[in-house]
Amino acid sequence: MSRLFPHPGLSALLIAMWVVMVNDVSFGTLFLALVFGIVVPIFTAPWWPGRPHVRFIPGLAYCGLVLWDIVVANFEVAAIILFKPNRKLRPAWLTIPLELDTPEAITVFAGTISLTPGTVSADVSACGKYLLVHALHATDPAAEVAKIKARYERRLKEIYA
Amino acid sequence: MSDAPFLVELLVSALIVLGASFALIGSWGMVRLPSLMERLHGPTKATTLGLGAMLVASVAWFQLAEGVWTTHEILVSVFLFVTAPISANMIAKVHLHRLRTGEPGEVRGPAGTPDAPPTGATWATYEAPHEGTPGDFVGD
Repeated sequence: MSRLFPHPGLSALLIAMWVVMVNDVSFGTLFLALVFGIVVPIFTAPWWPGRPHVRFIPGLAYCGLVLWDIVVANFEVAAIILFKPNRKLRPAWLTIPLELDTPEAITVFAGTISLTPGTVSADVSACGKYLLVHALHATDPAAEVAKIKARYERRLKEIYA
Repeated sequence: MSDAPFLVELLVSALIVLGASFALIGSWGMVRLPSLMERLHGPTKATTLGLGAMLVASVAWFQLAEGVWTTHEILVSVFLFVTAPISANMIAKVHLHRLRTGEPGEVRGPAGTPDAPPTGATWATYEAPHEGTPGDFVGD
């Protein structure tokens, strides 16, 4: 079983992507999806030797939270663009100390920060312990850092536990 | 025109107008914000909801008016959400690099140049990856 599906998550993702792309759930589609789901992980195995353990249910909850935050923050950024003059704007660089230590978790964290409007992740420190983030409007950078850490990093630590 | 119910047309039109408004606001942000890093916020952000609303409108139209499910919109949003942060990250990195090398014409924004991280190391853009850190491609 583990030789047929060395990476069950990737297999499931490939099958789902193929079905969604063909936009049809017939036998032929599912069969081809299954072939891809089995063959691609086996042939790409050298590129993911150490994969992280991901907890699925908190992961789904996290996606929901991020989607909701994207919608809310879009309105906030739209309000800033429309109504806040440049002289009142307080852009700032934030340095976020990372408690996450795997590359995958840090990547998801940085991606989340970029997707939620108002913040863009710009760089990671060479030691991998700090994330450089640009905020569009942050009057209190320390509070902003604390908010991001409490809202996203705490949850990601549970997902990539 | 079509013979879809009035409410369906109303819903789809509202979603399209909402999406278009966000795309327009994002473009306006690109024009009026002071420097590159701030401008990066406008289009990468307001566009996520702008495009999202358009895609929901597309799904709603095909399901409610034509009676077929389309799933391609899900793929569009997945690829958008995966690629958007990466392109924003690359632009930011190039900006940091050009600030450091003193490239003529690279405007320092109101946020200035970022401080170095509190420990001895610098930001990854400024040096080659070390062994044993994320991104070294050796132990990964």
